[in-house]
Amino acid sequence: MTDITKEVIAPPRSFLSQDAIQVFYRLLAALLICAVLAVLSDSFLSLGNILNVLRQASLTFFIASGLTLVVLTAGLDLSVGANVALSACIAGTVIHKTGSPALGILTGLACGGIVGLLNGIMVTALRIPSFIATYGMLWVLNGLTYWYMAGETLHGFPAGFRQIGSGYLFGLPIPVYLLLVFLGIGTLFAQRTIWGQEIYAIGANPVAARLSGIPVARRLLLVYAVSGTMAGLASIIFLSRLNSAEADIGESLTLPAIAAVLIGGTSLFGGVGTVFGTFIGALILTLVLNGMNLLSVSANWQPLVTGIIVILAVWLDMKTRRRAQ
Amino acid sequence: MSDALPIEVTSPVPLLELRGISKEFPGVKALDDVSFAVYPGEVHMLLGENGAGKSSLMKVLCGAYRADAGEFYHEGKKVAISSTADAQKLGIAVIFQEFSLVPYLDIAQNIFLGREPKGRIPGTIDRRRILADAKRVLDTIGFDVDPSTIVDKLGVAQQQMVEIAKAISQNARILVMDEPTAALSDRETELLFALIARLKADGVSIVYISHRMAEVFALGDRITVLRDGRRIDGVRPADVSPDQLVRMMVGRNVDMTYPRNFADKPGELLLEVKGLTAATGISDINIEVRRGEIVGLCGLVGSGRSEVARAIFGADPVTSGEIVFDGKTISGEPDLAARRGIALIPESRKSEGLALLRSVGDNLVVSALKKLFPSGLFDQRSAQRTSDGLIRQLRIATPSARQTVGLLSGGNQQKVVIGKWLAAGSKLFIFDEPTRGIDIGAKSEIFALIDRLVAEGAAALMISSEQVEICHVCDRAYVMREGRIAGHLTRNELTEENIVRLGMHHA
Repeated sequence: MTDITKEVIAPPRSFLSQDAIQVFYRLLAALLICAVLAVLSDSFLSLGNILNVLRQASLTFFIASGLTLVVLTAGLDLSVGANVALSACIAGTVIHKTGSPALGILTGLACGGIVGLLNGIMVTALRIPSFIATYGMLWVLNGLTYWYMAGETLHGFPAGFRQIGSGYLFGLPIPVYLLLVFLGIGTLFAQRTIWGQEIYAIGANPVAARLSGIPVARRLLLVYAVSGTMAGLASIIFLSRLNSAEADIGESLTLPAIAAVLIGGTSLFGGVGTVFGTFIGALILTLVLNGMNLLSVSANWQPLVTGIIVILAVWLDMKTRRRAQ
Repeated sequence: MSDALPIEVTSPVPLLELRGISKEFPGVKALDDVSFAVYPGEVHMLLGENGAGKSSLMKVLCGAYRADAGEFYHEGKKVAISSTADAQKLGIAVIFQEFSLVPYLDIAQNIFLGREPKGRIPGTIDRRRILADAKRVLDTIGFDVDPSTIVDKLGVAQQQMVEIAKAISQNARILVMDEPTAALSDRETELLFALIARLKADGVSIVYISHRMAEVFALGDRITVLRDGRRIDGVRPADVSPDQLVRMMVGRNVDMTYPRNFADKPGELLLEVKGLTAATGISDINIEVRRGEIVGLCGLVGSGRSEVARAIFGADPVTSGEIVFDGKTISGEPDLAARRGIALIPESRKSEGLALLRSVGDNLVVSALKKLFPSGLFDQRSAQRTSDGLIRQLRIATPSARQTVGLLSGGNQQKVVIGKWLAAGSKLFIFDEPTRGIDIGAKSEIFALIDRLVAEGAAALMISSEQVEICHVCDRAYVMREGRIAGHLTRNELTEENIVRLGMHHA
């Protein structure tokens, strides 16, 4: 009977989904930045520099990938940086005390995961808005780490362990392999599992998601736990690369991770975005910082530039989206 | 343009006239050469199915959309309406279905929002004057309320009154009302009708959009019917029958009696609710639903019907009582109820039923993910096949499964909500106002669908404020009053009169 309405509705104008278009624009932007830097600086295109960019981007990406899932549910995890610091310090202590890197890695991941789970419990069972719950957690973790470390620095880890962060395999840094592995896992999880689908549904409309039979609380717990575990993973890479741990290492990590998520096209309002987008976001962020270093621009300008890129990316997204509707 | 003029009117010059209005969106001609005139002091009914162009016309009228072509005349003089400020200057005000009041301000503040009288100290507001002015406006529309009441504390009907007061205070001469009675009780509707009569007497013109045939004949001085963005006809209520109007709206005959084969021998017991009590205000609810049955749940708005539905589905916690489904006692969150085979089609499609910014396909499979992909691995192509099948089966008018669901019409959105439970293979469908805001054609389709579901062995519990629908569709019905079941009506007892009698407050 609805022939009438069929005529009125527009034919599909594009076969690309909104997400695909977004990612495409971002890849284009990243390539553009590369081209500009290649022209401006001789050393940009050197293998060493490119590997360096990828390695730096990987650390931001590990934290930002878990965070992406949280942001997809319209939540936020502000505790990731503090979580990295605590997990690194605890993992470092375990390695020092037991001499076993494997045990240290497990402890670091577990510590990160438990912190994430606690965030999830605050958000679901206690119904505290995620922004506030994880902001509080940030302070709690900072407090714990400072108390635990008491101004000390952990230093010197087994050579095998240090390979994780600074070693090479077939000419590529090991963190780059890890980056590719977790980019794959993250993308598969978000796009190719029913849990991923449910996470998008929750972010788009949590009330409708619950009334559609999605166990919203359990999925949120999972998402925060994953975000915490990824912070735990980042702590291991960090520890292994720097060969040391201090209480304040997390302070410069949270905001760049959020920047990567936003530059990557994930909406703070939930339901929109991809893990791959976040990877490109981390890449763009790192490329710009790398370029500024190569061009000897003072590091003082870096926060300003980061801020402008975030605002620009979100604004352009909103514009293309509005046009699409 | 001669056919744009009415057959016969009291005042020869329209207060406002639109000639040849067209409005196009990419791929959609929302309005196609529509002419429309409003005369002083008349109630002009605007009729049409969802998607016929009523909302677009309304938005052009109030300056929210800019017409691609066409002219506007105000009292015979050519004018331009290209912004909401233009419309406001011409005295056009719109009362939308979703109110634009600020919930935590009081009535007076809302009425004079943005144009508060200044106090003696610069930057302050003359509180005494704003209250007095508000009181005066409220008096003119006969709404007896303290203007310092916080709007959040008011019911829907009262908030609507505040909206009308606000419009009147801005010297509105043309009030556009979009389904104003959709959320009102019978008593509140009466009050609104009395107010409309009063405004008419003052020379205010009303453009009234409605899906309820009774209102069209009770209120309308003239009727304009739209279909597919075109003006089909302009008639007076005395000259047409409801059937003729429906034919004009849908362009074909529609049976409004929703025929179905009633269940002579209902199947086995599927849902048994025993002494259900919840903190949401329902107590001692006893309901039985068998396979093959459509059971009505009626009563006034606020009598606890939706709360019963939500409690059965696990959306609200239960304090006591038992829910037995398919032989097993159930309790817990909606995901458990859904897995057992209960479906809830909630009252508010947009806020509770759909993820509006996601695609039709995403919404159609969301409840069936576990069933379709038992391994936990999601496959876009297989999901697409399922949603394509549902789109065909339910005749959802969408260019593809990739279309954003928020862009569909109300009836098609409702089909998506139902479709997601078909995909999930639900056995009991709880419908909460399944036809609210849906045009007549889609309504009969949805009833045919419910009929098919129960004929295939499912069961339905249907909440509706439209008693006619309950009487035509249901095998039997429970009537609620003040959070309790006030009575049960068998097929033979099921009349509008009986429903009203059981559901009325005896205060």
